Amino acid sequence: MQLPIYLDYQATTPVDPRVLDEMLPYFTEKFGNAASRSHSFGWSGEEAVEKARKQIAALIGASPKEIVITSGSTEGINLAMKGTAEMYGSKGKHIITSLVEHKAVLDTAKHLEKEGFEVTYLSPDKKGRISVDQVRDAIRDDTILVALIWGNNEIGTLNPIREIGALCHEKNVLFFTDGTQAAGKIPVDAIADNVDMLCLSGHKLYGPKGVGALYVRRRNPRVRLVAQMDGGGHERGMRSGTLNVPGIVGLGAACEIAMNELEKDAQHTSALRKRFEDKVTGALDHVHINGDVEHRLPNCTNISFNYVEGESLIMGVKDLAVSSGSACTSASLEPSHVLRACGVGDELAHSSIRFGFGRHTTEEEVDFAADQMITAVKRLRELSPLYEMVQEGIDISSIDWSGGH
Amino acid sequence: MAYSDKVLDHYNNPRNVGSLDKKSNSVGTGVVGAPECGDVMKLQIEVEGDRIVDAKFKTFGCGSAIASSSLATEWIKGKTVDEALQIKNTQIVEELSLPPVKIHCSVLAEDAIKSAIADYKAKSAGKQED
Repeated sequence: MQLPIYLDYQATTPVDPRVLDEMLPYFTEKFGNAASRSHSFGWSGEEAVEKARKQIAALIGASPKEIVITSGSTEGINLAMKGTAEMYGSKGKHIITSLVEHKAVLDTAKHLEKEGFEVTYLSPDKKGRISVDQVRDAIRDDTILVALIWGNNEIGTLNPIREIGALCHEKNVLFFTDGTQAAGKIPVDAIADNVDMLCLSGHKLYGPKGVGALYVRRRNPRVRLVAQMDGGGHERGMRSGTLNVPGIVGLGAACEIAMNELEKDAQHTSALRKRFEDKVTGALDHVHINGDVEHRLPNCTNISFNYVEGESLIMGVKDLAVSSGSACTSASLEPSHVLRACGVGDELAHSSIRFGFGRHTTEEEVDFAADQMITAVKRLRELSPLYEMVQEGIDISSIDWSGGH
Repeated sequence: MAYSDKVLDHYNNPRNVGSLDKKSNSVGTGVVGAPECGDVMKLQIEVEGDRIVDAKFKTFGCGSAIASSSLATEWIKGKTVDEALQIKNTQIVEELSLPPVKIHCSVLAEDAIKSAIADYKAKSAGKQED
């Protein structure tokens, strides 16, 4: 067993060696520009890209023509939301999203607010879920877009995408979902799931970083977007820029493997997660699993260890690579906006850690990780004035902490 | 975030962890911070005459908060109450090489010392009135 143990698979995943093998020739001997039409170097690049496009489309039940290659989900989100807003802004100025979205969606929504759009931020239930009824109540005559995350990156909660998509189609509103954590982890079928746009990212599913895809529906309805990157008119004008052929080949290969091994991966990771949760909750009191244990991604868990602070806990398990909240926000001292939106108090949010399990995680690693966590929590609780108060029967919420800052 | 060796040392081997009898008249207790801010420090002193003969702490907070309070107990033990009041958070920052985002941990430790001393003084004043 090699240390440290990586349990941060929602932040990123290693490139699968099978994916790397597919990519390598495209850095060297097959280096052609996929847009070069006049020689075999270009043709082989284009051929590789079109093969990858099919592999990506197959994973999400789309047709290859509906796939726009991007640099990753942040770009996909920007293109989907801003591209929709610009294209359909004359039809309406209202957009619906939620408080538990990734920062890329929230910041894009903020940007659109400055451009004169009105955004409704739906508040999730305690488990982080948005209901169809909430979306129905929020849709207005001038609503042009609903943008909701499929599988939450911090707590793993899954939204009822198919039902919300059906509602959007009934109401003639476009539906974009951030499928970054869901694609390749749970079955995704853009048509059956009533999705109009969906973004995914290579590095979340054992592909390379810096490449992703945006699915843009071509029929019922046909979605039109205003490009956010102007230039040579690549990707049917939706995203100019020389194609990253090795990256795209890697994304395609990763999608194909993810599709073929989806069930195996899901069973493997959910069994490991259960093993981890059982061990930790069996050994420690005052432990709380965040999110929706019924509707969630198979490969992660978010746990609050009450009365110990998350950063000190991570410091105490230096042989584990885990994160408190998302990698994008854990550099700040703010507690997670996702947990906050779920109504988890700031005190518990400060005590929360996300554990992600991957294709190559072993039982031995999970057992080691659970033991490390249990030891660290017990040690820090010895140091915790809050745990001491609870042991003495004092209700912490009854204390006036106004002296704090 | 990279921690200094001294922060790591205090985190891994915290000095003077524990609790003193908060009901004792010779013990002063300070609890500062708030759970929702991610930091709560409890610092206690035991005073004989005007000298701090023992100090204990418990901290809920990041590694820097634990280290700041651990260092604070180390520094005040053996000092007179007046000497302990002279300790400034900037000295803690310097000793532990705390980065700017962790300066509030040192402020909290200074507050905890002052709060424990204030509690002790209030108790002694009450005792004299009895």
